[in-house]
Amino acid sequence: MIIFQNVSKIYNGNGSQLAALEDVSFTINPKEFVSLVGKSGAGKSTIIKLLIGEEKASKGRVIFQSYDVNKLKHSELPQLRRHIGVIFQDFRLLPNKTAYENVAFALEVAGRLQSDIEEFVPQAMEMVGLKDKMSNFPRELSGGEKQRVAIARAMINHPDVIVADEPTGNLDPINTSEIIRLLLKINELGTTVMLATHNKDIVNSLNQRVILMDMGRIIRDEQRGKYALV
Amino acid sequence: MLTTLFRIIKYGFLGFWRNGWLSTATLSIIVLALLVFEGLIIFNVLTNGALDVLKSKIDISVYFKADAPEDDILKIQKSLESLAEVKSVEYISRDQALVIFKERHAGDPAISQSIEELQQNPLLASLDIKANDPKQYSIIADYLGNADFKTSFEKVTYAQNAVVIERLGKVIDTAEKGGFLLIIFLTLIAILVTFNTIRLAIYSSREEIGVMRLVGGSNSFIRGPYLVEGIIYGLLAGIFSIVIISPVIYFVSPYIQIFISEMNLWLYFKTNLLTILGYQALFGVGLGVISSYIAVRKYLRI
Repeated sequence: MIIFQNVSKIYNGNGSQLAALEDVSFTINPKEFVSLVGKSGAGKSTIIKLLIGEEKASKGRVIFQSYDVNKLKHSELPQLRRHIGVIFQDFRLLPNKTAYENVAFALEVAGRLQSDIEEFVPQAMEMVGLKDKMSNFPRELSGGEKQRVAIARAMINHPDVIVADEPTGNLDPINTSEIIRLLLKINELGTTVMLATHNKDIVNSLNQRVILMDMGRIIRDEQRGKYALV
Repeated sequence: MLTTLFRIIKYGFLGFWRNGWLSTATLSIIVLALLVFEGLIIFNVLTNGALDVLKSKIDISVYFKADAPEDDILKIQKSLESLAEVKSVEYISRDQALVIFKERHAGDPAISQSIEELQQNPLLASLDIKANDPKQYSIIADYLGNADFKTSFEKVTYAQNAVVIERLGKVIDTAEKGGFLLIIFLTLIAILVTFNTIRLAIYSSREEIGVMRLVGGSNSFIRGPYLVEGIIYGLLAGIFSIVIISPVIYFVSPYIQIFISEMNLWLYFKTNLLTILGYQALFGVGLGVISSYIAVRKYLRI
């Protein structure tokens, strides 16, 4: 369960104030698949940053399960983040770790046993179709492969939510549909998915809930939405 | 807990190994900084050795009149030894003085013959006084000037050498102070160079550190491997710098001995090798760990 209550985020940049989010409220229920759409700068990424505690809201409350994200201390953020799998447009894999180690890292930070890691990581790699590339470094993988490693890393901890910030922004159409297929599969297995995108085709093919944003505000929130700009 | 520690150590070594080029560059700069530090230790040993030799060559001698009773001389020796400024007082009787004189001029028949021809010993008894600090000779000279047995003094050498002794005292003083300042200055440079090198190395992984935070890594788990790398840098740099400097000392040592005969640098280095290595490793590891800690902290704010 994710709740945003009258959330505003204002960035203070040399004298001027920039409102990235203005009075945003919504609720996402468990097992939902929600697309967050809008132009660049509409506030999609800001919502994700607020959810994982990368930024703090200027006003309002951000609630995830039992966490009041704004009130978490710096040292409590790792706990929250282990319940949320995040996928980024630029993959953000650790360049000096192999694909296997990148995925294992998410379990290691949670203090999981070595035997668990040896069991779960190959399973996850198999699910994203990269079992034969486990010992490759990110620089030896294609964009689509990197993003699949990132997905394996995001889901390995069995998080309650997977948040994807423009996951297909750097990928070609074939890899794009592959990534979306994986996200749908993860959602079917019971994980909430929050997908920020500006890819019209993806949103229209999903036929799921769509939250449309513009200029830091929510313009439309439809249960079976289509992508349409105002 | 133990698993976590094991993972931290593993990733420390992996990070060092996989960043091969960066690690080598960082390591070589720290080796250079440690060489400076090592040079300092040796410089310190050398100047101290040279100054000690110089100090031991300065003294004041009191020569007594030929008829001065030995009891008086011994009393004066006692009273001088009780002074805080005095390091040692050596009594040389007239007979001893003669023996020393003969030995010194054994190869010169003209002098030894003329000594033989003299019916009596022409040499005087003396007290050779050494001070703890060259600056204190004037105090001792003053004391001698006011002594009770002044009448039995034939001469005090301080009066003749006062200028030279004072000047030497100043030279030694300046050398010690200057050496100390130089050590502080160069140590600071070594520290700054090492610190900034490690900071640059970690700067290159600032994004990685951010990613680790975002996937739920705690600060200590993220920081750990970098601290381990800092320890590796310090240890390896300590060992490498010793390996580099050993042959240098071996070859330079005989030349130094020409200038300061009492100084055997190679022997000193060999006997104190473990201590030097220990200091090096401690200095390197301490610096590596502290630098890593500070450098990583900056990128853990996400």
